[in-house]
Amino acid sequence: MSDLPIFADEPWILPSRGRIAMWSLIVAESAIFSLFVVAYIYYIGRDQFGPTPSVLDRPILNTVCLLSSSLTIWIAERAIEQGRMRRFAIFWAITILLGLKFIIGTITEFRTLINRDGLTIDANLFGTTFYSLVGLHATHVLVGLVGLSLILAFTLFGKVNRSHAERIQVFSMYWHFVDAVWVVVFTVVYIVGK
Amino acid sequence: MSDQTIPVSGSLQAAYPERGTLLEWLHGWIVTVDHKKLGILYITYALFFLLVGGVEAMLIRIQLMVPHNHVISPEMYDELFTMHGTTMVFLVGMPILFGFANYLVPIMIGARDMAFPRLNAFSFWLTAFGGLLLYYSFLGGFGLYGMGNAPDVGWFAYAPLTGKSFSPGHNMDYWALALIVSGFGTVGTAINIIATTVSLRCKGMTFFRMPLFVWLLLVVSALTLVTITPLTAAQVMLLLDRYLGAHFFDAQAGGSPMLWIHFFWIFGHPEVYVLVLPAFAIANEVIPVFSRKAIFGYPAMVAASVGIGFTSLAVWAHHMFTVGMSSAGNSFFVISTMVVGIFTGIKVFNWLATMWGGSITFSTPMLFCTGFLFQFLIAGLTGIMLAVAPWDWQLHNSYFLIAHFHYVLVGAIIMCIFAGFYYWFPKATGRMMSETLGKWHFWVFIIGFHMSFDTMHFVGLLGMPRSIYTYEPNRGWDTLNLIITIGAFVQAVGVLIFVWNLVHAYFRGKLAGPDPWDAWTLEWATPSPPPAYNFAVEPEVRSRRPLWDIKHPNDPDWKYEQ
Ligand code: HEM
Ligand SMILES: [Cu+2]
Repeated sequence: MSDLPIFADEPWILPSRGRIAMWSLIVAESAIFSLFVVAYIYYIGRDQFGPTPSVLDRPILNTVCLLSSSLTIWIAERAIEQGRMRRFAIFWAITILLGLKFIIGTITEFRTLINRDGLTIDANLFGTTFYSLVGLHATHVLVGLVGLSLILAFTLFGKVNRSHAERIQVFSMYWHFVDAVWVVVFTVVYIVGK
Repeated sequence: MSDQTIPVSGSLQAAYPERGTLLEWLHGWIVTVDHKKLGILYITYALFFLLVGGVEAMLIRIQLMVPHNHVISPEMYDELFTMHGTTMVFLVGMPILFGFANYLVPIMIGARDMAFPRLNAFSFWLTAFGGLLLYYSFLGGFGLYGMGNAPDVGWFAYAPLTGKSFSPGHNMDYWALALIVSGFGTVGTAINIIATTVSLRCKGMTFFRMPLFVWLLLVVSALTLVTITPLTAAQVMLLLDRYLGAHFFDAQAGGSPMLWIHFFWIFGHPEVYVLVLPAFAIANEVIPVFSRKAIFGYPAMVAASVGIGFTSLAVWAHHMFTVGMSSAGNSFFVISTMVVGIFTGIKVFNWLATMWGGSITFSTPMLFCTGFLFQFLIAGLTGIMLAVAPWDWQLHNSYFLIAHFHYVLVGAIIMCIFAGFYYWFPKATGRMMSETLGKWHFWVFIIGFHMSFDTMHFVGLLGMPRSIYTYEPNRGWDTLNLIITIGAFVQAVGVLIFVWNLVHAYFRGKLAGPDPWDAWTLEWATPSPPPAYNFAVEPEVRSRRPLWDIKHPNDPDWKYEQ
């Protein structure tokens, strides 16, 4: 009986488990969003009564904010990779502000729709699918904001440094995903469905 | 061979931890993040619910034993078949298979734990509490009939029966919430298995040297990501309907129950493959070892598994031929379903070719796998029959359908799970299960199985629909139903022999040693039971059968494998 052959010649590098896990989560989340999108499309124009999608205003400013937050978080990711912690903190904070702006924008949008147009979730099929799809996305933004803020707090207390770059980048993948989903939601709800 | 420790780097003799007080022991199991302990927890949890689901099945069978029977009330009957289906799929099938995965995947790829041990524990407890929540409905779901009420609309929960007006209590809420909770757990575990397999393989364990068990669980986990989530989404919509007055499935406001049927089967069909692929995985390990041959057609097996994974996403509407689709729709789903049959056929032929010319020993695990091969073949054939739309118009929701899927779920999956128990129990506990009891278990169970489920095909062809509370005498169903019920009792005896074998072996079984089957994958290079860290030194492998290489230094696999 000999021992296992040693073969130092083969290099052995495996992908980061964090990234793999985040990719898997993104696949799973995409499936959830797909069903809500399908339901939305399936019910477009099937209402016999109640408000129609023509009451919607396109949230252009909101969209610009959310999409640019993908850029700012990307700058922050690069910054922490290079160990420039001040720059990281600043751009991370800007990302949070942009996300907050988006959430506040969504809240105002919902308020107007409810008060001005009488569109509630139980009003008709449009209300049902609109609030659940846009609401599902907004919930994801909220979850992202909680995560972002926690990381910011740790950064301000000096607990985050260059060695965490990988984890920060894995978390940012989630934020990029939420932004990408918005592109789909925006296209379906505010362009195709309107 | 069997009483030697294989000198793979790292197989230190296990240092057995001292037994503490009962409380310490319990605490240890509750806070554990060790993949092996969590695997055992999953399996124990699933075994418990297997017995619960089994009792439900027995009650159903007692009710159907003779015509015009009134052993249980019609309301109770509806709850029983709903809970039986839901239990067996979500609280038995998935947890038991994920239990095997948890235990085996890290050891088989030479890792010390899963990629995210704490996520692993969290996922298990989510699943566990999901199950408890579902069963709490028996006590707490104040429903239509004025007492505690369990869900009673079938495991597929078709709209509009699930709406507030038809299910006014909380039974559907328990159903939806419990499955959402356990679904999160399932997705967590799936993510964990993927990350473990991709990122934690030991040196030299390339993708094409992984045991097929690991390959199949990788496919299953990937499939789970896109399978469980549609159900979660649909259940969220259902809860929105029930609580906020939304109209997703509410026909009165223009919503469509069809949408639910589609969404449910978009989940439901891949789900059956999520259940069956781990069973294939067990067969992939057992059949070669007991045929003393390497698996035949490894690359074809991998390709067929991946192929099944993808095609199973495009066949869901073969459950919907009778709801009235266009003929183009029907044709598409007929053809795509047939394609799944091709991939499955590849696998069956590879198993047969592995056995062909091997020196087979019919130890209990191999017996169960042989039974599996035979029964899975028949199940696949009735599947193909049901995939022919006109045939399905005739037999949809008859006992023929029930026979088809129980042939797979019991005849194939449960058989493989039993094989897995007999095969890996020595590894997990250090003790052998009794071969004599094992053979009794096999023969009693398989006789009962064929009594019940072969007969179900006929009573289905004679027109007996599923989910009926009772039936008229003299339709030609009476004797057949009696035989089915007797078969169910015989199977129950088989399961009791199995449980007794488990308990007996745990305390009294003869010591197993590290490698009782003279097997080839890495888990057998560790002591039985393996220490918490699995391998003291990370192993390195050079072929698909690392232990073969050690045992046969003059004839190692890596000389031949590409
Ligand atoms: C070659 C493989 C298979 C084919 C062609 C096939 C085909 C079918 C078809 C056409 C139906 C619908 C029948 C109807 O609703 O009238 C069906 C139902 C079903 N099959 Fe299969 N099947 C296959 C394998 C499996 C496997 C592997 C499983 C489980 C692990 C399974 C579990 C089920 C279940 C649970 C149902 C019925 C669900 C319900 O209505 O409650 N099948 N199968
Ligand atoms: Cu199916």
